[in-house]
Amino acid sequence: MKKLAMKKLWLGAMMAAVAPWALGAPVATAASQTVAFGTQESHAALQALPRFRFENFTTANGLPDNHVYAVLVDGDRIWAGTENGLAVYENHAWKTYTTADGLAHRAVLSLALDKRTGDVWAGTMGGLSRISGGRIDSYTQLTSGLSNDVVYGVSVEGENVWVATAAGGCRLNTRTGQWTLYNERNTPMVEIWTYGVSATPTKVYYAVWGSGILEYDQKTGRWDKYEDPDGENEIVLFKDQGLIHEITTSVSYVDNILWVATYFGDSRYDGRYWHNFLTKDSGLPSNFTNFVKGVDATRAWFGTDKGLAYYDGANWAVYTPSLKDGKPEMTVRDAQGNVTPVAVTTAPAHNYILGIDLQGDDIWVATAKGLSHGIRQQQ
Amino acid sequence: MSERIRTRWCVEFAVLSAALLTFALWPVVNHPVRADESDMQDYASPLEVLSSPDGARLYVLCQQSEEVRVLDAASHAVLKNIAVGRVPRGFSLSAAGDRLFVANSWDDTISVIDTQTLTVTATWPVGAEPSSVVTDRAGKWLFVANRISNDVAVLNAQTGSEERRLLAGRGASYLAISPDGSRIYATHVYPNPARVRSNLENRTAPESEITVIDAERAVVVERIPLHAIAGVFHLAFSADGRLGVAAALHPKNLVPLAHLEHGAAFADTLLLFGADVGQPVEVPLDELERYASRPFGVAIAPDKSRIYVTSSGSEMVTVLDVPRLMHFIHARPHAQPVSFARDLAASANYVVERIAVGHDPRGVALASDGSRLFVANRLEDTISVIDTRDLRVASTIALAGPKTISPLRHGEQTFYTSRYGFQGQIGCASCHIDSTFDAVTWDLEPDGFGRDIVDNKSLEDLRGTEPFKWNGANPNIPTECGPRTEKYFWRSENYDNATLADLAVYVRSLPLRPNRWRLPNHELTPAQERGKDLFERAQDKFGVPIPERNRCSYCHSGPKGTSQKSFDVGTRKPTDNTGLLDTPHLTNIALSAPYLHDGSARTLEEIWTVYNPEDKHGRTNDLTKDELNDLIEYLRTR
Repeated sequence: MKKLAMKKLWLGAMMAAVAPWALGAPVATAASQTVAFGTQESHAALQALPRFRFENFTTANGLPDNHVYAVLVDGDRIWAGTENGLAVYENHAWKTYTTADGLAHRAVLSLALDKRTGDVWAGTMGGLSRISGGRIDSYTQLTSGLSNDVVYGVSVEGENVWVATAAGGCRLNTRTGQWTLYNERNTPMVEIWTYGVSATPTKVYYAVWGSGILEYDQKTGRWDKYEDPDGENEIVLFKDQGLIHEITTSVSYVDNILWVATYFGDSRYDGRYWHNFLTKDSGLPSNFTNFVKGVDATRAWFGTDKGLAYYDGANWAVYTPSLKDGKPEMTVRDAQGNVTPVAVTTAPAHNYILGIDLQGDDIWVATAKGLSHGIRQQQ
Repeated sequence: MSERIRTRWCVEFAVLSAALLTFALWPVVNHPVRADESDMQDYASPLEVLSSPDGARLYVLCQQSEEVRVLDAASHAVLKNIAVGRVPRGFSLSAAGDRLFVANSWDDTISVIDTQTLTVTATWPVGAEPSSVVTDRAGKWLFVANRISNDVAVLNAQTGSEERRLLAGRGASYLAISPDGSRIYATHVYPNPARVRSNLENRTAPESEITVIDAERAVVVERIPLHAIAGVFHLAFSADGRLGVAAALHPKNLVPLAHLEHGAAFADTLLLFGADVGQPVEVPLDELERYASRPFGVAIAPDKSRIYVTSSGSEMVTVLDVPRLMHFIHARPHAQPVSFARDLAASANYVVERIAVGHDPRGVALASDGSRLFVANRLEDTISVIDTRDLRVASTIALAGPKTISPLRHGEQTFYTSRYGFQGQIGCASCHIDSTFDAVTWDLEPDGFGRDIVDNKSLEDLRGTEPFKWNGANPNIPTECGPRTEKYFWRSENYDNATLADLAVYVRSLPLRPNRWRLPNHELTPAQERGKDLFERAQDKFGVPIPERNRCSYCHSGPKGTSQKSFDVGTRKPTDNTGLLDTPHLTNIALSAPYLHDGSARTLEEIWTVYNPEDKHGRTNDLTKDELNDLIEYLRTR
């Protein structure tokens, strides 16, 4: 064990020596936060980070349920996966699809858009549903090759629909109808509780709860695995040594950058170096992260249990109703760790964030108590 | 000549005549079981017809001779025969008329024909069983309806590269573009899977749709729901785009088929949609004791005065007066989609003529001025030319081909006509669409409401799969097609021996469609190979020997996957008279959902995930989900 620890120490030192994060790259590394007003850095951060006016939707204004698990932007339409149906917002009105319409289950956990066809895929607590031109076709573990009815994640790439379920991943080829299952028998997956999936033409990533990140190479058909080098230890021995934690919840692969959310912090991986984000050394409001959406190689949004967080590669912004009194809050943390409160009048519907999608400059946020539309404001 | 010589000569002549007659009739009375290959290929079998934009040419799609015949529209002389792919099913012209696209349903290709040179300039691969093709006005996209893959493929109209597949109705088959070019409309011949399971499992009315595609963006923007419809064929639009029509079958499968009075098996209908009618309307083409069986091709006069519909089983064209039809509809205001399918008095309000044409009339085309209607008589090798002013057949264009009717051809005509059905209501092809199946479960026999529900099996490659009927009661095709059909279905005229023999010849000759799940080299994918091992295994996963009768490969043995014996696989319902069921063949099993004798399994998976709790239908409950998927992947190759 001592030898292993030494090896980790050495590797950590080496990584720290060569990692771009250690060379002044625009990544926040400050270990402490200070509330500061008027510094040059904080002023720049304030200017750089987006501000929104949040309009919130609840059952009071048309949403079928306040528990919103997922949100999807589809052009001018917004899809919201709620605990009580799939709602679509179009022309300023909500319409809800239920099991009576063919939805696999009333609780919709995940959403994905096939940009080529316009079809929407919904992962539910009772199977996978395809919404196409108003028609819903559902796939369950009894009626199809779907591995399990609890579908936490779904992602569309080309003619394949990739699915994350409570019993492994699977892939539906929409052209042939063939299902291929991925589990502990044919992948390096230890646990089979897959929480999220992000599919691209080159790679497919699964966030496996308790088993890190699984990577599928579309060209070779081979699987690889990324785990927390500290194993099940809750202590991070060396910063940025690898994936922050085994219990991954969400994954987003964009511009060849892997963004990972876990219940114990978040990670960014560029194919060579890892960079981890914890509350103690970043602007994350909480290490308990439900969702991550990468914008590009440097920017990402994080949905935590203590608010919505944005990282622009250097600075952080957090948007949330106050955990103390529920009043709208926005805070900005610059690369030096200076935290600046920003006066705002609106905030997401709730601090517990479950899903995020972008609509141009606007943002849509699924929360535990409603769906929020963040309308970008000029600064 | 002496009396003796005369007598001897007469005797010899009589004997010789009898011998010649016997020889001539030998194939008929002795129930020939194998059709001559050449016999199958001599006929043209025109399925569709098109008029060129300038009206100078007729293009005739000949399904059996697998060619497009180009005729001079005035003289009817053949300008050229252009060979295309296997079993072509649909074709259309580009907006400019310079290219003709042909959907080859067994090749899974599109033939592109240059209409200047009348040559095939390209052959493009598409999805499974392409059945119709249409291009947008701009010539950007080519839309192809694929019957087996249940989708509409979107191809680059210049290069043929496939850009995407759009989910369509099950058995997507016919396409039409709206007059303004903004929308593509797609129909399908098999009902969509039931979205929500009812308490009665397999006893749900079929649901279909018209899929509406944005022609520019090439995405589905709407699905017009069609309740209680199973089988929608050609569509047409009025020139102003305000009225759309589609030919449809409306099965009445939820009640016992105990009698056929008053159209008890099917309503043959026309679906109307668009601004002229508001919510969709279904109107019957039938009238009391006169039925318009199996509507297929449709056209609307350029001045929107009339609608023409071919009735393939009734061998006629039904003519509807549009103003009278609109009056009928608007006199019955409706805020929701409405059907008058059960009203056999309705058609008297708007049907103005029924024009007899040839065997199995299918596609139609109007001359650009609307003065003539061309009707492709598939099983007569003719084109009827109807003068639309006086609504009579002005002439009949005979396509080159055999002038005699072979037993096989006669059998096919018998299969596709409804003339033997009670009052001409139904024929074999009413349920066996294009000689396959209809994906509908039926309550066939007069044994009480809801008893012995049966799924409609496909007819492909039946030789060696006897007996027939789910309880195995019919030992051969003549019994299946003869007394059974006559008793339970037709309740009318029976076949004479020769006709029955020819029908049996035809049914036995029905070929096997290409299997789309097999690799071109006939090898199996790793998943299929694993599934094959499971299919053939003799031990379960715990090493316990599986009794022979409980192995997949025991009951589903032989090249067609049937031991031709009956077994109780634990699927008997309280409403079934017996649990002992004939082992169905596995030929192209992937295509013919639903499954089990009563269609209660909506998918192959459900056979084992829902309906095999005691492992009576093979030992499967030891399998993991991925192993079951492998087994199904193998079954799809059968």
